[in-house]
Amino acid sequence: MDALTIGTIIKILIILAIVSAIAGFGTYIERKVLAFMQRRLGPMHVGPFGLLQIAADGIKLFTKEDIIPQNANKFIFSLAPVITAATAFIAMAALPLFPTFTIPKSLPVIGGAIVPSTVADINIGILFILGTMAAGLYGPLLAGMAQSNKWGIIGSARTAVQFLSYEVVTGLSVLAPIMLVGSLSMIDFNDAQAGGITSWLIWQQPIAFVLFLIAGFAETNRTPFDLLEHEAEIVSGYLTEYSGLRWGMFFIGEYANMITISIIAAVVFCGGYNDLAFISGWFLFVLKVVFFFFLMLWARAAWPHVRPDQMMWLCWKVLMPLAVINILITGIVVML
Amino acid sequence: MFEQIAFYFFSVLTIGLFLVAVFSKNVLYAMTSLASGMVVIAGFFFLVGADFLGVVQLIVYVGAVMALYAFGMMFFNVTKNLKEKTTSTGWVLIVGVTAALLMTLMFLGAINPDAIYASLPMSDKMTNPEAVGMALFTKYLVPFEVAAVMLLIAMIGGIVLAGKKMDTSLTDIKDEVLQLKDEE
Repeated sequence: MDALTIGTIIKILIILAIVSAIAGFGTYIERKVLAFMQRRLGPMHVGPFGLLQIAADGIKLFTKEDIIPQNANKFIFSLAPVITAATAFIAMAALPLFPTFTIPKSLPVIGGAIVPSTVADINIGILFILGTMAAGLYGPLLAGMAQSNKWGIIGSARTAVQFLSYEVVTGLSVLAPIMLVGSLSMIDFNDAQAGGITSWLIWQQPIAFVLFLIAGFAETNRTPFDLLEHEAEIVSGYLTEYSGLRWGMFFIGEYANMITISIIAAVVFCGGYNDLAFISGWFLFVLKVVFFFFLMLWARAAWPHVRPDQMMWLCWKVLMPLAVINILITGIVVML
Repeated sequence: MFEQIAFYFFSVLTIGLFLVAVFSKNVLYAMTSLASGMVVIAGFFFLVGADFLGVVQLIVYVGAVMALYAFGMMFFNVTKNLKEKTTSTGWVLIVGVTAALLMTLMFLGAINPDAIYASLPMSDKMTNPEAVGMALFTKYLVPFEVAAVMLLIAMIGGIVLAGKKMDTSLTDIKDEVLQLKDEE
């Protein structure tokens, strides 16, 4: 096998291992951050600072009894969590994570392998990522419909509503930076912002950036828009009948999607993995992704939920016209 | 070699999924196989190197079938099997014969490969989205614009049909007024 193939396989393994691990660790971070913002301690008892809580939770999820409700459609019920988890990782195939690097020749077996920055450098990267993430919404939809539970049905109805609302905003908000860069490839987005902090697209497209973040919150169903599993209103929505590992798969999918949205925001708007003065690019990239991840937790601690009708009102009557006006202005500027 | 294996894999999968979509009595199975069939079709586009069209297929049909699900949710109990009332033999005959004719035409095309050629062949200089844009805005400009007008008409029609009581928002009405309206 040539160096690039081995490198790609290594990259795939890295993504699968690290992102799954981060998804687990993310639950701990989320609980701690929320706890500090609400002046509590969070998990403290298992291990130092409650760090082993993740392992305890993992053991609990693995050993729980797998229950499928009697009247549920068993095939679709077990298919739904797989869709969410799988699409979240498929979307990562086109994401650039870190610059391309070569493993030193001195290492055995894998020495000399070229690890590319993306697994599949297709020239339509951003569309592919958004499309696959959109397909991931079939997980909650099918889960809610298959479990023959009223809360589940309401949850999946809200999934459809939420999907049809934010999807337009996501597409339109990303369109403006695409017009400026003139390419759909994530690598081109990164290279277009190589000229230091002033070349970041966020300064040219502040409106698109904010719109994308809002739509991204809706896409990963994070708190201001987590209509699908609103505990106070519909018990747990599409997750009501799920437990154990199937529930865990939804969870991993959701956290992987949060990481994906953070990475898109970092690459498209905030300079990607370019070096900045003396700071190396990969470190800065991790910092940016961590910041966007933290932003999602921060928003969860600071804002209440919205109602479904408020969500639709916001998406169709405020965000979509703003996005269209933004595209019009960008188009005129590009033409001049 | 790899392309051929992938092609036959996707073909069998697509035909199988759409057969389930047609013959299944369960709304949930039918719609799920329809959605997955549409996603699998995107695989064919990726196989022939038309990445852009593949992703467009994915995005458009994921959204469209999602709307179908919403209707399915409102009209049927999705966990039970559906009893279809009428099966008109006349229609089955007409559709069957038309499908057979179409299949024959397709196979005729495969027998005589010279009859199939690209009127706007891809050049290596253009990326995928550029090639699609070139085809849409030069050779197929008129159909493109006609389709745009048709979509605009559909949108206006939808707004006119659905927007009869849009000036009053149900969420803004006070509870007492709503009760009065119920009693009327």
